[in-house]
Amino acid sequence: MKFDDEPVPGFQLPILPGHSSPGRLERVLRAGRFAVTAEIAPPDSADPNDVYLRARIFDGYVDAINATDGSGAHCHMSSVGVCSLLTREGYATIMQVSCRDKNRIGIQGDVLGAAAMGVANVLCLTGDGVQVGDQPEAMPVFDLDCMSLLETVTLMRDEGRLRSGRQLTATPKLFAGAAANPFAPPYEFRPARLAKKVAAGAQFVQTQYCFDIPMLEAYMQRVRDLGLHEQVYILVGVGPLASAKAARWVREHVPGVHIPDAVIDRLAGAQNPKLEGRKLCVELIQQIREIEGVHGVHVMAYRQEEAVAEIIDASGVLEERVPWHPHRDTAPEPAIERVVS
Amino acid sequence: MYAVRRWSVRHARGLEVFYNGFERALIALEPVFRRIGFARLERPFAWFERQVKGFLFDCRMCGQCVLSRTGMSCPMNCPKRLRNGPCGGVRPDGMCEVEPNMKCVWVDAWEGAQRMRDGQTIHFVDSPVDLTLQGHSSWLRVVRAHSAQRLDTSPDDAE
Repeated sequence: MKFDDEPVPGFQLPILPGHSSPGRLERVLRAGRFAVTAEIAPPDSADPNDVYLRARIFDGYVDAINATDGSGAHCHMSSVGVCSLLTREGYATIMQVSCRDKNRIGIQGDVLGAAAMGVANVLCLTGDGVQVGDQPEAMPVFDLDCMSLLETVTLMRDEGRLRSGRQLTATPKLFAGAAANPFAPPYEFRPARLAKKVAAGAQFVQTQYCFDIPMLEAYMQRVRDLGLHEQVYILVGVGPLASAKAARWVREHVPGVHIPDAVIDRLAGAQNPKLEGRKLCVELIQQIREIEGVHGVHVMAYRQEEAVAEIIDASGVLEERVPWHPHRDTAPEPAIERVVS
Repeated sequence: MYAVRRWSVRHARGLEVFYNGFERALIALEPVFRRIGFARLERPFAWFERQVKGFLFDCRMCGQCVLSRTGMSCPMNCPKRLRNGPCGGVRPDGMCEVEPNMKCVWVDAWEGAQRMRDGQTIHFVDSPVDLTLQGHSSWLRVVRAHSAQRLDTSPDDAE
């Protein structure tokens, strides 16, 4: 997919009227296309090539790449670092910002720095508790919460001020995102909480992993009743499960992930669980796509990042559209072995 | 105490009615408090507030009380100190992600808010905690704000 006003990679797109960011993701969503985003695994390394190699496997299949910010309370390369590297190559990035590790002073500085490096999207998160990580003795900060973080980002962008009131000489042009989890209690509160996030400035949301379509449908029904699907772009989280054992582990150890027994039984009964997990993911994407008010999917293929391309391909959601990537004009890489047909 | 805190949520409506009356009484006494001097009242007020709210809500004395907007479930008991609703990590049984033996304070808040007359205030976006108010009396702050409004000055000048 090419925009007429395509700049040199690494430089930002012009901001269209009614848009708040120079980013490709906002353009794709506002154009009414079904967007695809994916999560990159930030390396435990200081080598920029580790980031580029991990991004490259998404080439041509995703509209933006999420850089996680210490997900699961584990330390990896920072989201500011990953995003800064990726934007140099022209990739569209979604910088995740968690409230767990930094206070408002640090976060506002990061937002400015990232925007200066070409980051066009931020995802405002509360963050997992330190107890799930490998350094549970760490100090949990949680100075802001995701809601006040959203407000802070919109304040900086729209009013050109820091929280203190101090003026910015140039504002960060950002598309503000948030997370949503339709699959955790209190279920009746969840759509209302999304409304709150919209009020605080959320322009797009990415949800927790969806493995339960009826539950998502019930949530989306409420979201439509509140008219929220017309105020915020909703990208539903999906991902392949490697095996029944892995699924049980995720259910027990990753906060907020709901996996119905039926899904685990299906994986347990499969001859090739990994293949079955990917097929299930493709099916979920196709079902999610049919739900009114859903604007895209967010693929979190933890430790199966190489499967993202084939899953998106098999789901058919891109409809011949090839999202921009920095290597589109060079010879294609040797084809990755396809498992899902 | 956890059991008392849960009791308070179950009786959110009664506590709401009581607090509204209490607040009216405090505001009615505002001229008296102003004469004594708010600065002089700060410590006894904070002490008294800590005893009462500590017992009823496990109050952490953040100094900017939002109990009437959170179903009488104190959000400062949330290990992530969330002031605007539950995080995505709430367990299927409604327990806290961080402390599995504690009910999520926002699951409680939602239930408490359903019982309250002004429960819809749970939908308002709340500002982040102001650490400089930690340990100060929220009640006296309400009175001071009222005083400032009456005298048309900032709360800090209302001494």
